[in-house]
Amino acid sequence: MIERSITVELETGLQARPAAQFVQQANRFTSDIFIEKDEKRVNAKSIMGLMSLAIGTGEDIKLIADGTDEEEALKELTDYVQE
Amino acid sequence: MSKVRTEDLLEQFQLELVAGEGGVHREIHTSDISRPGVEMTGYFKFYPKERLQLLGKTEMSYFNELTKEQRQERAQRLCTDVTPGIVITRGMDIPEELRDAAQEAGVPLMLSPFKTTRVISRLTNFLETKFAPFTAIHGVLVDIYGIGVLITGQSGVGKSETALELVKRGHRLVADDSVEIRQEDYDTLIGNSPPLIEHLLEIRGLGIINVMTLFGAGAVRSYKRITLVINLELWEKNKQYDRLGLEEETMKIMDVEVPQATIPVRPGRNLAVIIEVAAMNFRLKRMGVNAAEEFSERLTKVIDQDQQNS
Repeated sequence: MIERSITVELETGLQARPAAQFVQQANRFTSDIFIEKDEKRVNAKSIMGLMSLAIGTGEDIKLIADGTDEEEALKELTDYVQE
Repeated sequence: MSKVRTEDLLEQFQLELVAGEGGVHREIHTSDISRPGVEMTGYFKFYPKERLQLLGKTEMSYFNELTKEQRQERAQRLCTDVTPGIVITRGMDIPEELRDAAQEAGVPLMLSPFKTTRVISRLTNFLETKFAPFTAIHGVLVDIYGIGVLITGQSGVGKSETALELVKRGHRLVADDSVEIRQEDYDTLIGNSPPLIEHLLEIRGLGIINVMTLFGAGAVRSYKRITLVINLELWEKNKQYDRLGLEEETMKIMDVEVPQATIPVRPGRNLAVIIEVAAMNFRLKRMGVNAAEEFSERLTKVIDQDQQNS
């Protein structure tokens, strides 16, 4: 299991459409992926959970991945929210 | 977890703020309430100053019997810079010394018209709820025949679809995808939806739907005690699933062990009906009717008889 604290740089934050895209990306990996904000942890593969966090730009979140492709998953998802 | 401040109490319990307006933003850190009776005699060694203080009839009448100097001194020691507030019950008259000390230290002095025991239990309930341990779990919470059933399982296994079918059959949705759970007492788990996604359900291919506007107010509820966990997983050929229902699996959420059943998912299995029956069967078991156990006893008896006869 690996985890990484990152700052969201995506200009709009994770609004509905970017959130859906994020979840779609997360679903390409077999690892379990979680996202944590303010000690609330949700499954990054589920759109409702992710949207319930209402993540805006400039906010600090933690990505957690556990599985065979965890490295790759974290890298791609980090790139996505920091582009 | 949200912070609790003295001003929340003012709002919640319609307390009258008598003095110490400066301190209404003070944070309350514990659900314990202190009745500083011994402190009033001058013994402040173990004074729990960070707690909410409550003065009832006993404390107040004792306080009023003290000399003016004593009253001043004790009042000042009661009103520390971390005390979140002092509540006086029964709408009693407030001694001038206490009012002055509270005003000076900025400790909110609040007056309640109700009896002490009533005020204590209501304040404790409110604070216990606010300070309850909290977690969030990936799953769907549905109220089925009055049983709070938490459906868990991998993403894409069909939790939301099952919930939709259950709602269609007259049950109530509490939360989809992310369930916020707080532990009340040592054995009770209460689940609710994050406010932002309340009443919403996400169905692959349809997107986000609003269960309340689609099915009416009777199809949703805002919170529910969790008593059963149903874990959905893709059917694995070599895995052993429960065939008898004699064993009871549990899942630990915070400090509470919740009964759990694992149900394999395969095309052609109507999950909503299975979960509905699981909930009903669970109720029956709690009422003392256990089909599996009764059958098992019957079987044992028949085998024993056969052996005696031969």
